[in-house]
Amino acid sequence: MKYDVIIIGAGVTGSAVARELSRYRLKVAVLEKEEDVCSETSKANSGIAHAGFDAECGTLMAKLNVEGNQMMEALSKELDFPFRRNGSLVLCFSQEDRPKLQSLYDRGVKNGVQELRILEREEVRAMEPNISDEVVAALYAPTGGIVCPFGLTIALAENACVNGVEFYFNTQVTDIRREGEGFKVFAGEEAYETRFVVNAAGVYADVFHNMVSANKIHITPRKGEYCLLDKTTGEFVSHTIFQLPGKYGKGVLVTPTVHGNTLVGPTAYDIEEKEGTNTTQAGLSEVREKAARSVKNLPMNQVITSFAGLRAHEDGGEFIIGEPEDARGFIDCAGIESPGLTSAPAVGKMVAGIISEQLNPEINPNFNGTRKGILNPAALSREERAALIKEKPAYGTIVCRCEMITEGEIIDAVTRPLGAKSLDGVKRRTRAGMGRCQSGFCSPRTMEIIARERNIPMEQVTKSGGGSNIIMGTNKDRL
Amino acid sequence: MKQYDIVIIGGGPAGLAAALEAKKSGAEDILILERDRELGGILNQCIHNGFGLHTFKEELTGPEYAARFIGQVEQERIEYLLNTMVMDISPEKVVTAMNREEGLFEIQARAVILAMGCRERSRGALNIPGYRPAGIFSAGTAQRLVNMEGFLPGREVVILGSGDIGLIMARRMTLEGAKVKVVAELLPYSGGLKRNIVQCLNDYGIPLKLSHTVVDIQGRDRVSGVTLAKVDENRKPIPGTEEFYSCDTLLLSCGLIPENELSRGMGVVMNPVTSGPVVNESLETNIPGVFACGNVLHVHDLVDFVSQEAASAGRHAAAYVAAEKRTQVGTEPGQQSGSSITIKPQGGVRYTVPSTIRPQRMEEEQILRFRVGDVYKNCYISMYLNGERLAHRKRPVMAPGEMEELKLKKEQLLDCPAGSELIVTIEEA
Repeated sequence: MKYDVIIIGAGVTGSAVARELSRYRLKVAVLEKEEDVCSETSKANSGIAHAGFDAECGTLMAKLNVEGNQMMEALSKELDFPFRRNGSLVLCFSQEDRPKLQSLYDRGVKNGVQELRILEREEVRAMEPNISDEVVAALYAPTGGIVCPFGLTIALAENACVNGVEFYFNTQVTDIRREGEGFKVFAGEEAYETRFVVNAAGVYADVFHNMVSANKIHITPRKGEYCLLDKTTGEFVSHTIFQLPGKYGKGVLVTPTVHGNTLVGPTAYDIEEKEGTNTTQAGLSEVREKAARSVKNLPMNQVITSFAGLRAHEDGGEFIIGEPEDARGFIDCAGIESPGLTSAPAVGKMVAGIISEQLNPEINPNFNGTRKGILNPAALSREERAALIKEKPAYGTIVCRCEMITEGEIIDAVTRPLGAKSLDGVKRRTRAGMGRCQSGFCSPRTMEIIARERNIPMEQVTKSGGGSNIIMGTNKDRL
Repeated sequence: MKQYDIVIIGGGPAGLAAALEAKKSGAEDILILERDRELGGILNQCIHNGFGLHTFKEELTGPEYAARFIGQVEQERIEYLLNTMVMDISPEKVVTAMNREEGLFEIQARAVILAMGCRERSRGALNIPGYRPAGIFSAGTAQRLVNMEGFLPGREVVILGSGDIGLIMARRMTLEGAKVKVVAELLPYSGGLKRNIVQCLNDYGIPLKLSHTVVDIQGRDRVSGVTLAKVDENRKPIPGTEEFYSCDTLLLSCGLIPENELSRGMGVVMNPVTSGPVVNESLETNIPGVFACGNVLHVHDLVDFVSQEAASAGRHAAAYVAAEKRTQVGTEPGQQSGSSITIKPQGGVRYTVPSTIRPQRMEEEQILRFRVGDVYKNCYISMYLNGERLAHRKRPVMAPGEMEELKLKKEQLLDCPAGSELIVTIEEA
């Protein structure tokens, strides 16, 4: 198989690059080792569109963060994913720390962040009634936002797919070899010939970079643990609440999510294991304790789930985007840790720019940059909803009672381009199973729908692909 | 908009019993709204026996017990809608519901009976650390898969929590060919009924580890094992006591939570102890004409008591409707009811249902249900009305896992002054 571009990794970065490349007449494929897009780092993060005051001035991180943040609103309308500019606050708890707050402000201004302001205690308290009494001041960034990380990634990938990009799942790249002007990318027995390789492999980006370049890079998975609170807490804070950053990043935040939950986290610990997405007792306790510094009486008894994600932290602490000098045609998107989600649209543009400059491709005349997300019946008027159910009765059956997700939405999630194949796939696309009962009631029903729509037996329905089968057999089958 | 005298939210044991009793008490226009495919609620997946000993004086399975009520509902021609989700109830008792056939529709009810039941506490709410592979089920989800759909969710099982569903599932999984390695319980005592420990664990040689919890879950795709540890008196794991169990399945039976999202949405006041509505002697919430019964009110151990409680709610709802029809439009019948006695649970009694009693409105005999917060041996359960002892009953054993009850007679309360207090408390022998 011959391609112009092979993208390794269907996370937010890979998907953003894929979508930008689909504007051109290029043969592009995305190789993903998991069964679905958005299955690793992109699925487990804070879901923040950072304003851009954190990164050092003059870095790629700073530039792409601010650009990505500016692109997000228009993109969310084009691609129909949830995004909201709720504004963010960085809290300062002591007079001694004021200079740090000021330098964060200065840095933000230099980075091009608009509308930054330093607020005094009373202003902060008026904005956030549950804020800690110890707050003395805060940096306020009205451009900070919240985004659904699944929504963004899936939208980018779907749109890329509709515009001609091929996606290969369960396809783990095992080797990359130089072949003439391009490369041969191996995934076990399969080989893909390509002119360009885009390395968007998250915590594995160093592995692929080091296959082709003598200038080695090293990525450390930096684990972050989170707790997600019930929607009943949705009003607890309205802005994203940070603390002044420390050595390991932005510290523990408390934020509303676009769907009305409260998210608390993350921790930051460097680990060895690139698949080490387990939560720990110590980590979850730390989240609890640190969040308590920012806000009063956080209702941690309303936690509905916890999870851990891995930041792809490169030793240099900077995004590495571009071609290594000794590996032309191989484009790294490495070290994409926070603000990677925010930056993704800008990274996509930048990488597509590098490729189009060299290949000078024709414009894809059929490119359609708009995408309709999964229809949300709850957003319809009563009359529209009634009409919808009349036409498609599946929208009249609630499957997930916590999030009020209908059968119609689940069928849409399974049958649309790059459709969901597993319970987690359905969950990330529709929120079915993401509510307070954590799929206790709806999972058997959702499994039935997946089995029916994909024409597979119930035993083959998985939680998240691979060997994550949910049912092991039938009653008394081994007696 | 359609109108009904009584709309019952939920067609499980509570909703069915409430509907039947309301009908018997003279209510005519009754509608049951059920979100599942059939009436009977969670009883449909409870295929073990032991139901109905109090109600029918015989031992039935869950589906059999449900069938008796469903049969009567059919016979009485009480209307019901299946696969129908109630989306919202307004404080004015306009019920918004949805199904495939009728789409989104509204019903004006004179009285509403909340009978939505409860859900299981999930792994997330329990804060169990570890990976998030397939193979972690709440016990009730596993029960549905096995008993209603014939699927085996796993072959080597560890169960956390010795609530009744967990115990029942330990036996069920064993009978279906799985190996249940251990049942771990965080507390120093089981949350389940004694008879279930004997019949479901002891009879099958399944060990019960009290004061133990899961501290880690291993496995990427599917559970490959869990680590148990002993906990101290503050329920914190004790380092060094970890023990690994290889298994492919972890079942959780760690408590039930009343499903009161609709109740909260309409402004019903909740009791933080039960997570159910605060109700008076008529099982009526703070909103006149809105009643609650069954597991949505407080979690029960035995369905017989759910039926009994729900019947009482049905009777009161029927009386409310009858009174409302008699009185002029604009007056609220629930409010012309004389003085009210506040019930104060104390000394180890966690809560009572009801939590207030209007003597004028109570039936000749009122059942007071409650749970205790710890295991008590050879203690007395006492009631004091304005300082005067009304009852002093010796109980050999009381435990949080078994609901207690006391009976009050109308004549005992009828003459007490406004602002009276009834204290329910545990006293040492």
